[in-house]
Amino acid sequence: MNQPRIVIVDYSIGNTYSVLNALKTLGYNRVKISSLEEDINNADSLILPGVGSFAACIGNLRKKNLDIVLSEAVLEKKKPILGICVGMQMMATVSEENGVHRGLDWVPGSVRKLETTRCHYVPHVGWNTVRNRNKHGPFFSTNNFPSFYFDHSYHFECDEQFVTAECDYGMNITAAIRKDNMHGVQFHPEKSQKNGLILFRDFFNSIY
Amino acid sequence: MLKKRITATLLVQNGIVVQSRRFAQYLPVGKPIITMEFFDDWGVDEIILLDISATRAGRGPDYNAIKHCVSRCHVPLTVGGGITNVEQIIELIHSGADKISLNQVIHNNMSLISEASVLLGSQCVVASIDAVCVDGKYVVYDYIKRKPLPIRVGEFSKRLQDHGAGEILINSVERDGMYVGFDHDLINEVCANVTVPVVCLGGAGKPQHFIDVLENTDISGVSAANFYHFSEHSITTLKASLINNFNIRHDTHAKYIEHPLDCSGRLLKRCELELQELKFKRIETEII
Repeated sequence: MNQPRIVIVDYSIGNTYSVLNALKTLGYNRVKISSLEEDINNADSLILPGVGSFAACIGNLRKKNLDIVLSEAVLEKKKPILGICVGMQMMATVSEENGVHRGLDWVPGSVRKLETTRCHYVPHVGWNTVRNRNKHGPFFSTNNFPSFYFDHSYHFECDEQFVTAECDYGMNITAAIRKDNMHGVQFHPEKSQKNGLILFRDFFNSIY
Repeated sequence: MLKKRITATLLVQNGIVVQSRRFAQYLPVGKPIITMEFFDDWGVDEIILLDISATRAGRGPDYNAIKHCVSRCHVPLTVGGGITNVEQIIELIHSGADKISLNQVIHNNMSLISEASVLLGSQCVVASIDAVCVDGKYVVYDYIKRKPLPIRVGEFSKRLQDHGAGEILINSVERDGMYVGFDHDLINEVCANVTVPVVCLGGAGKPQHFIDVLENTDISGVSAANFYHFSEHSITTLKASLINNFNIRHDTHAKYIEHPLDCSGRLLKRCELELQELKFKRIETEII
């Protein structure tokens, strides 16, 4: 079987190696960590990983001109993309992390700080169960309430129609979004053991 | 609901995982990559890898060793030891670490916490504190100089949080490797002073210790090192003892629920008849 060509977008501060590691475990061998326009244009599918503050991440994307390259690949060429954590948050219109920052504006929404309450510390770190909200069936084929690893202080607020999964942390938190070919998850599938691997497999199976 | 984390700490000394006793005696265990693979298989929620020899030897982090280890690790990995600047932190994230742990460097350069958290987000920065009890008060311990500092643990944790630390790892020097249970007063002092998640370490000796600390403190994660070694499926059987009373993740194929365990959490041998039957049971490997 021909394997999809996957590019993990490298903007200098993502945890690209962890994502590569997870995809290798699944047997994908046409995976590249790259920031080159040529590689992105030749890819069948893109992954936008994320560890970092919003401003630093989006700043690095713009510095490398990747905002334009990615927007063209995703909005015009309709390449499927999976954003992870800040990778998903960057798809929003705006973020309020340490000031106000413009995002890629692919999925209308804003990124806001989680509120600390007595029993809900911020950052939201650890394993939390995720509820499916997708009317068209689950976006992953794991059991009903799979656990995934979360690690974030800000969350994605957007119109309900884009939310495919959510989790509970004193309030409903957007756990996964989808708009056309754009997918995003707030948690880290590359660090969520078996459930994460199943999610990656489902994502690539759905597009290839 | 967010689950309580059951995490494992790997102490590495000159490339070998060791057991530590009161920060003074060390017993070699084996290669980090094997330990990591086993803990990952046994369903640990997170791994904290601390190179305890780097700072003392004046070395930075060993990126290649981290890269080698993470190939068998599909849970979040926190890496500490020998970090002195933000370039090293970025290189560690590129090598497969998800969070970094700062300890010794904080005493000379607390602004590294702010620098790292502005760049990588505070969720990525763990501040680690070693504590001892002096005259009934918990103070910070300097493991390089091997002496207590005149800094109270509670106010120190608060300062670390104010500088941007997203998590506190609190370790009890006196209980390190002593198997006597966690220091609840120490943990409560830290939890009362911060609003970021706190993970405790030092003292685990049996599953009851985990139950006690989860019941008596607001801890977000419980970690152990020595307790997990030299015992097959130790993390899985520990979770089997906790799953009925606490909200934890217990996802492994073998769950050992209702399987007889002894008080130190080890599996008891099943009766001969049952074992005979197991001989003919084939378990298919799950393909993802």
